[in-house]
Amino acid sequence: MAKVFIYPATSLMLSDLVARFGHKPLGSALSVREHIQAGGFDSPPLQITPEDPKKGLHWAAVEVPSGVRGRMSLYGPLIEEAEAAIIIEESDFAFGCMGCARTNELLIFLLKQKGIPILELSYPKSQEEGITFVASIKAFLAGLGGEEA
Amino acid sequence: MSRPVRIAQLTCGAEYSGVQNEIAEAARAVDAEVFYPDISLRDLRRDFGSFGLNVKSPDLKLAIARAEALVTGKVEADAVFIGSCFRCAEAAIVRTELRRYIHMNSTLPVVSYSFTERTTSGTLLTRMEALTTIARRRALLAREEQTGITMGVDSGSSTTKCIVMKDNEIIGTGWEPTTEVLRSSDKVVADALEEAGLTMNDIEAIGTTGYGRFLIGKHLNADLIQEELTVNSKGAVYLADTQHGPATVIDIGGMDNKAISVMDGIPGTFTMGGICAGASGRFLEMTAKRLGVDITELGPLAMKGLSAGVPMNSYCIVFGTQSLVNALAAGSTPEDVAAAACHSVAEQVFEQQLQEVDIREPVIMVGGTSLIQGLVRAMGELLQTEIIVPHHSQYIGATGSALLASGFIDRKKE
Repeated sequence: MAKVFIYPATSLMLSDLVARFGHKPLGSALSVREHIQAGGFDSPPLQITPEDPKKGLHWAAVEVPSGVRGRMSLYGPLIEEAEAAIIIEESDFAFGCMGCARTNELLIFLLKQKGIPILELSYPKSQEEGITFVASIKAFLAGLGGEEA
Repeated sequence: MSRPVRIAQLTCGAEYSGVQNEIAEAARAVDAEVFYPDISLRDLRRDFGSFGLNVKSPDLKLAIARAEALVTGKVEADAVFIGSCFRCAEAAIVRTELRRYIHMNSTLPVVSYSFTERTTSGTLLTRMEALTTIARRRALLAREEQTGITMGVDSGSSTTKCIVMKDNEIIGTGWEPTTEVLRSSDKVVADALEEAGLTMNDIEAIGTTGYGRFLIGKHLNADLIQEELTVNSKGAVYLADTQHGPATVIDIGGMDNKAISVMDGIPGTFTMGGICAGASGRFLEMTAKRLGVDITELGPLAMKGLSAGVPMNSYCIVFGTQSLVNALAAGSTPEDVAAAACHSVAEQVFEQQLQEVDIREPVIMVGGTSLIQGLVRAMGELLQTEIIVPHHSQYIGATGSALLASGFIDRKKE
């Protein structure tokens, strides 16, 4: 089983695909769940406090906007943990949405820096492309080892 | 009990900067609630496309679609808060354009702000208070004449001011540097009453504003305790006799600066905040002190000088003072240095704050710094317009308070 970072990190479909093929998806659900299950509920909706953008300084300098650093405090640890990644470019909002373009550029860069296996795909625009899309993901995940669904 | 004012939140990064709770708390403190305008995925695709600003960040696309929903009336709100991360260029473009778009296409009051993780509810409080006042008290803000005998007290960070008005005329004034808040307030109230030839029993209604408004409001049992954004804009258009149509009010204060775009005496968009001390009235006080002149002499001195030959443009009061000392040591005249200091403050307010509001003529400068002619001239040159400085401009908050307080006389009688 490999730990696979998914992009968009909020994509439930992508997360489900990775889990179905026997791997551990690393996405928003993990890091956000950790935050909102922590004691107290001081800063709804995500329970991110001003401390989190400071943790984000590990991945982005102080002149980088606080929203980028706050996001990096969620995704940075997951990137460090990742053994592989699937990146879907220009995906539809309904497939998964990552709010900040600057954060997105940074985290894709950091993933590529790691030298881990990465599958980069464009979001499908037709049924045929959709079939090829899922087949590509399946083949990539199979190549990482683990059980098949 | 009135229903809470509903403030639509159009932001990018607030939740991830850890300031969402601060925004909500600031709203709660003034009996308002923030909410995200609900839109469908279809609306998001269509509205963002029709707006025509092709930004990359989906959260900014969402903010644009939400703004369209507010302007077209698909979602109802009483006011709008636009916010994004400080230092994000993409968001700054969207923030400016959305503010302008909402201001031009609706009557919703708008405030925009760029936050960091250090932004607190206290920083946002005055802005939220102004938003709720505009939404809740439009009838009160529409008042154009002062009636009866009223008093306004402005407890500012540097000075405390008091005005007594009777039948639409100023009949008493009081002015003191702010030391102990209540003592300074008592002194200006006594001075203004003495000048007016009245006693406290003659006063029919009282309004307070400024940093110490809550404390002195309670002390004086005020009828109106109001933040300075709405009060100052009201006072400015009243004294400048520009109550109808557009106007822009600029107040460079001792601790923070305000720029307010006004329509028919009611603020539409506004910005407030200290940039750094190098762009405040405090820097001009320092300059006067270093030049060995009283602050009242700085303006006339600056009018005799030319700023161009003296390099001075620091946000920081320490570096600004350093430039000042260097210029004097290099042989610059006090007149030129005074002019450069005025230009430096005006330029920074122009660059940092006036970009956040739509400058529409007439431009009115108020507050104590508006008496420094060199500063008014420098601002006029930057904005390429003739700036109006109304009479009693240093009493703007107190005058606005006294004017608005007269709206409470009839209510009391009822």
